Amino acid sequence: MSGKPKIQIENLTKVFYKKDSRVVALDRVSLSVSDGEFICLVGPSGCGKTTLLRILAGLETPSAGSYTISRGKQERPLQSMVFQEQGVIPWLTVRENVAFGLKMRKLPKKVVNERTAYYLEKTGLSPYASLYPKELSGGMKQRVSIARAFANDPEILLMDEPFAALDEQNKFILQEELLAIWSETKKTVLFITHSIDEALLLADRILLMSAQPGQFVKEIKVSLPRPRTMEQVRADPEMAKQFVDIRKHLQEEVQRSRK
Amino acid sequence: MMKVNSEEKHSDPFKVERLEWERQQRKERYKKVLTICSPVFLLLLWEFLSRTGLIDARFFPPPSDIVGTLVAMGMSGELFQHIGVSLYRIFAGFLFGVIPGIVVGLLMGLYSPIRHFISPIVMALMPIPTLALLPLIIIVFGIGDASKIVTIAGSVFFPVVINTAAGVMNIDGIYLDVAKNYGASPKDHFFKIALPGALPVMMEGVQMGQAIALLTIVAAEMMGAASGIGYLIWTSYKAFMIQEMFVGLIMISFFGYLFSVLLRILQSKLIPWR
Repeated sequence: MSGKPKIQIENLTKVFYKKDSRVVALDRVSLSVSDGEFICLVGPSGCGKTTLLRILAGLETPSAGSYTISRGKQERPLQSMVFQEQGVIPWLTVRENVAFGLKMRKLPKKVVNERTAYYLEKTGLSPYASLYPKELSGGMKQRVSIARAFANDPEILLMDEPFAALDEQNKFILQEELLAIWSETKKTVLFITHSIDEALLLADRILLMSAQPGQFVKEIKVSLPRPRTMEQVRADPEMAKQFVDIRKHLQEEVQRSRK
Repeated sequence: MMKVNSEEKHSDPFKVERLEWERQQRKERYKKVLTICSPVFLLLLWEFLSRTGLIDARFFPPPSDIVGTLVAMGMSGELFQHIGVSLYRIFAGFLFGVIPGIVVGLLMGLYSPIRHFISPIVMALMPIPTLALLPLIIIVFGIGDASKIVTIAGSVFFPVVINTAAGVMNIDGIYLDVAKNYGASPKDHFFKIALPGALPVMMEGVQMGQAIALLTIVAAEMMGAASGIGYLIWTSYKAFMIQEMFVGLIMISFFGYLFSVLLRILQSKLIPWR
């Protein structure tokens, strides 16, 4: 397990080229993530974290550099993405949304139904399975998105600020639910967030990014033992120190990018 | 004592809200009455003016007489023959317009080379009223059903094709990302994302097409036909059988209403997620 990294990113560069602007969204970014690790990417807006995730998700091609996601089981997809709130498809019911990836992969009906039912149950969505997303609250929609990604059983999970649009209370609940499912499946996760609290609660490792060019500038190992709760994160003096560290750093980055 | 009293005064919030609710209900009923009132009022006014000779009864026969003519024409079967012919032309023309409209529209929306290739042709042909082409169409397709069906199909095609293409292009990019990320095949992409995603805007185009089909059939049948509602209206007018002409007009109004209701029902069945 500790031998080969799950995700290996080498000198990944992405330039957005337009008529009168060249934006270096990612500048020779390298990263190695081991199996089962939970990584949070934190950085100011426009620092290229979403670009990195979209490249890994196969939605963008890198300008230079390479990445590999190593495959464990043959039939698994390499990655699945949990999108922001609007990522739930409105014309599919909750059940169809959760089953989406499995159906696209043309798995046998029995497998699709079993796994869909399992994750509907896990995320508390079973009673709402045949409703359309418009009838759900924001938190419920995000549960659909999470269930869809986990049901797909990918090698790695990519999450792009999945809880950003939720209110504080719902956010806490979903974060803990996510940790519960994650600790059961031990997936490798790359998670983008703006919230330092969220990063400290979820991550094994936090990577701070700078903007323009987008690079990793700092790495923080979160040593708090699992299972964690938000209360522990808030009460632990070591965590408080790290919070201030990260916050200072982000402030500097934002100030710098303003100049 | 005072306190008890004041509490009693505001004692039942449910009652207050129930009265408010009842007031709202009365208001709703009142609005419904208004909706029914206006056509009834218009008909009564017309009847009155016509009977008293304040308007010329030869051109505006009283509605009650028109209803009598309608019943008589219904009994003789003449009316149903015209209706049947027109409905057949409308349905056939509608389908021949809507189905290619949807297919071409989806292709245009999904594949930009096709869009760039076809859109100049669509843009160039769209402003030409199909009715203006009717002489040409009659030369090619004759005076029978075929020319009417082609005319309607031509008129219906454009709003459907444009709305369908717009519907596909307006699908939020994130759903395309989701489909790609979860490995949708081109076929799944078409049927699971493009088609349902475009459906709301597309159905607006179909509604428009339905209205245009009715306009077109009447005009087409007036210009070159030996049967149909348009023909009935035109020949009745020429023979100065004004009551028969009004029966034709009522039929158009009735079917226009009926079709739009049917399409609304279809719409809510096809788009339950809205």
